[in-house]
Amino acid sequence: MTEALLSELSTPGRETIRIGRPNVPAHAIDIPRELLRDELPLPEVGEPEVVRHFTRVSRLNVSIDTNFYPLGSCTMKYNPKVNDAMAALPGMRGIHPLQPEETVQGALQIIHAVQELIARITGFDAVSLTPAAGAQGELAGLLMIRAAQHARGQEHRRRVLIPDSAHGTNPATAAMVGYEVVTLPSDPRGNVDLEALEDLLDETVAGLMITVPSTLGLFDEAMLRVSELVHRAGGLVYGDGANLNALLGIARPRDLGLDVMHSNLHKTFTTPHGGGGPGSSAIAATAELAPFLPIPFVVRGSDGGYRLDADRPASIGRLGSFQGHFGMLVRAYTYIRMLGTPGLREVSEAAVLNANYLRSRLSQSYRVAHDRTCMHEVVLAGLRANGARTLDVAKRLLDYGYHPPTIYFPLVVPEAMMIEPTETETKATLDAFVETMLTIAQEAQRDPELLRTAPHTTPVGRLDEATAARNPVLHW
Amino acid sequence: MAFVPLTDAERDSMLETLGLPSTDTLFEVIPESVRFPDIDIGPALTEMEVTAQVEALAELNRPAYGAPFFLGAGAYRHFIPAAVGALMSRSEFSTSYTPYQPEVSQGTLQMSFEFQSLICDLTGMEVTNASVYDGASAVAEAALMALRLTGRERIVVSAGVHPHYRQALEAYVGPRGIDLVTSEIVVENGTLREIGLVEAIDDRTACCIVSQPTFFGEIRDLAEAFDKLHAAGGLAVEVYNPTSLGLLKPPGAWGADIAAAEGQPLGISLSFGGPYVGLLSCRRDLVRQLPGRIVGMAKDAEGRRGFVLTLQAREQHIRREKATSNICTSQTLISLGAASYLALLGPSGLREVAEACWHVARYAADQLGAILSVEVITPRPFFHEFAIRTPHPARDVNNRLLEHGIIGGYELGRAYPELENALLLCCTEVTTREQVDSLVAAVREAVGGGG
Repeated sequence: MTEALLSELSTPGRETIRIGRPNVPAHAIDIPRELLRDELPLPEVGEPEVVRHFTRVSRLNVSIDTNFYPLGSCTMKYNPKVNDAMAALPGMRGIHPLQPEETVQGALQIIHAVQELIARITGFDAVSLTPAAGAQGELAGLLMIRAAQHARGQEHRRRVLIPDSAHGTNPATAAMVGYEVVTLPSDPRGNVDLEALEDLLDETVAGLMITVPSTLGLFDEAMLRVSELVHRAGGLVYGDGANLNALLGIARPRDLGLDVMHSNLHKTFTTPHGGGGPGSSAIAATAELAPFLPIPFVVRGSDGGYRLDADRPASIGRLGSFQGHFGMLVRAYTYIRMLGTPGLREVSEAAVLNANYLRSRLSQSYRVAHDRTCMHEVVLAGLRANGARTLDVAKRLLDYGYHPPTIYFPLVVPEAMMIEPTETETKATLDAFVETMLTIAQEAQRDPELLRTAPHTTPVGRLDEATAARNPVLHW
Repeated sequence: MAFVPLTDAERDSMLETLGLPSTDTLFEVIPESVRFPDIDIGPALTEMEVTAQVEALAELNRPAYGAPFFLGAGAYRHFIPAAVGALMSRSEFSTSYTPYQPEVSQGTLQMSFEFQSLICDLTGMEVTNASVYDGASAVAEAALMALRLTGRERIVVSAGVHPHYRQALEAYVGPRGIDLVTSEIVVENGTLREIGLVEAIDDRTACCIVSQPTFFGEIRDLAEAFDKLHAAGGLAVEVYNPTSLGLLKPPGAWGADIAAAEGQPLGISLSFGGPYVGLLSCRRDLVRQLPGRIVGMAKDAEGRRGFVLTLQAREQHIRREKATSNICTSQTLISLGAASYLALLGPSGLREVAEACWHVARYAADQLGAILSVEVITPRPFFHEFAIRTPHPARDVNNRLLEHGIIGGYELGRAYPELENALLLCCTEVTTREQVDSLVAAVREAVGGGG
C-alpha cells in the first residue's frame, strides 16, 4: 500500500485555488525582465485530490491518537484537544509578532504566566521561552554557562563533562559552543561514576551537562553530591530536562543543584510532537545566570501592563526570529492550568508507577539494564534468551499495532529498549502491551525467522537504508 | 485528573505487583530534603473553566485580519485556504514523532519528501532538508555550513538581511570568534542605499549573505555580488521570501549555493511569531554539510517504494560532538502546512498571490508618495514592502494610525538608529484598496502634508 506523489498526480492546466485580482487600479508589472523567473515548475493538483492525497498519506502513520507509543525519552502522552482549540482562537492564531504591545496584552500575559509557572515548577529564578526546541534550549544553556564563566573571569575553562549515557544533542551542543567534550563514565548502578568525576574536575572544566533523571530512566543516587563536586571545582551544572515528566511535584530541579536547565514543552507539557516538530523549550536559570538568558522576555510594568523586554545587555542574544513558539505556549498554558497544584504530582506518580509496572512484568522475559526502581521509563537490555535482537523485537511489535520503544539508546546499554509508557495510559493498555512483549519473546524461541522478517503487516517492509544513503534520491 | 486514567483499584493492584505499600515509596531515591516540595500553581481548572479563561485572554488581543494592517517585517498576513488547517489538524500527523520506525511513519516521511521537493521546485535549488526552526535559524545554519565547507572564518552579511536574523547569526557564530562584517545602510537623495557589501568580499570570506527582496522590500540584481564571491572562492547565501518566488527569479537561477528563508508566508498562521518553519536548501554537492533531517527515497525487499531518514551520518545521534549541528527536530507539522499550501495553490495560484501583493503595494506606495512630506525611500522595483520617511518619528506616526484603528508599519529605528523617521509597510493580497486609502488618509493627517 503506497501512495502516489503529488508530482505523479499533477496534470497541466488543472484548476487550483484562485486568489482573484486585487481591487486596486490595474498597472502593468514593470519589474525588469532579468529579475523575474521564467517558469514555476510546481505540480498542478486540484483541491479535492490534494486533500485526499494528504489524508491518505496521514493514514500511513501511527500516532498517539491511534496507537500506544511508548517511545522512551520522548514522553508520548495524550495531547488534550482543548490545547489546539485554544491556540486556534483568532485572537491567538491571528496576531502578528511585531504588533503594538497594547494590542497583544492577552498574548503577553500568557507568555508571562508560562514563564512564572515553569519557574515555580522547576524552582528556578527566571525563565525564557524563546528556544524553538530542546536542542536550541541546550544551545542557550551552554552559551549562558560560557557567558557566566567569562563574567567570573574564567575564560580558560574550555571543557564540558557529559555522561556516557547522554543524548547526542548534549555533545553536539557543547561542540557548537566551542567546548571540548569529555565523556564521563557511569557506574554499575547507572549513576555518575563519582571517582571519575572527581578525577576529571579541575580548573579547565566549565561545567557538567546532566540529564535528570538520566536517559537510563534512573535518578542518580548521589545527585546532590555530583552538583556539589562540580560547584566546588568552579564548574556549573547544566540540566537536560527532557525527562522532567518524572519530577513534577516530586522534586524541583533547582533544588538538585542545577544552575540552568531546559525543559521540553512538547514532552512534559503536552504540546504536539508534530511528526518531529515543532518542539518548544523553556530555559530556566538561577539568579546568577538569569542575566544571560536569551531575549526577549515578557515583563510586567508597574502599571500592570505587559511588555516584551529585549534590552538585556548581558544576554546571549536572540536565537530565533521572534519570541519563541507562541502557539505552543498557549497549549502549555492551557494544560498547566488544568493540572493545577494537585495535578502536578499526580502526573509524575502515575508515569513512574506505570514504568515500574512494565519493568516488573517484562523482567520475566527481558533483561532489565539496572535492576532498581526506575523513574518514568525503563531501559531493557534485550531478550533473556537468545533468538532475536532488539531490532527484531521492535519490528515485530509493529505487526501487533504498537509503536516500538526507543531502541539502541542509550548507547551504553547493549540491545537497549527504552520504554516510556507515560501517565495517560490505562492499565488495560499496559497489560495488553506486556502480553504482546511476552508473546514476542516466545516467538523468538519458536520461530526467530518470523521476527527477523518482520514487520509483515505495515504499508512497507524494512527499507534498504544503506542504498538510500549511498545514492540519495532527495526529491522527485 | 482527566488525563490520568488509573483508578484507585488499578493503582493498588499495580503496587501489589511491585510489592510496594504506596506510590510514595517509588521516590525514596530522591533525597528527603528536596522530595515532595510545596509548589503552588493554583487550582486545577476544568476544560470548561480554562476555555473561558483563555478565550478572555484572546479577547485582549487584536487579530491582524479584518482590519487595516500594514506590518510585515518577516511575518506576513496572507490568505490561508481552509484545507491547509484541515490537513494540519490530522492527528496522525500532529501526534506522531520523528520517524525512527519508517514502516509506520511513511505518512510523515512521504510528506517531508514532498515538502523537500516542492521547495526545490520553488527555489530552483537541488537539495532541501526537512526544515529547520525558522528564518533566523535557517540563516545561522547556512552560515555555519559555509564556515565548515570553506574552512574560512569571515562572514559578510548585508544590512538588508532581517535584523533579527543577523542577531541570531551573531549569537550562533559569536563564540567561535568569527569575523562578522555587516554592510551599511544610508539614505542618499531620499533613497536607501547599501554601501560596503561587494567591497567587503575577499578571499578569506566564507560566505556572503544577502536578502532578496531586502528587508526594505527592494528587489536587486544579485549577479555582481555572487560573481565576485564565487571568484573569491566563497559561498553565496540567499535569504528569500517564498511568496515573492511566484514572480521573481529564484535563488538557484541566481547561482546561490545555499538558500534560506522563513516559510511562514506559505500558509502558516501569524501566531505571534511561531511556530514557523525554516527553509534551508543547497547545491547537491554540499549536502553532506547540510544540517537537519533529510528524507530520501528507498525500497523494501519486495521492491515497494518508501521513504527513510537518510544521510544520518551527519547528525547528532550518530556523530555526537562531530555532528553538523545539534538540531534534532524539524518543523514537520508546519512543513505540512507549507507543502499543502503550495500544492493547493499550484503555480498559477502562487503567481496570483505574488502579483496581487505587488499590485497592492505599488498602489499604496504611489498614493503615499504623493503626500508632500512623505518620501518612499525603498528604491524601485520593490515586492510587497517598502519604507517611507516622514518628518516625524515613526513611533508617533504609528500611534496616530492606531488611533484610527490602523496597525501601521515596522518602526525601522528599532534596528537602524539612523532611520528613526522611517516606517516599513507591507501590503499583501488580503489588503484591500479601501484599507490602503484609509492608511493614506490617516498618514496625511498624521504628518500634516498636503498633496
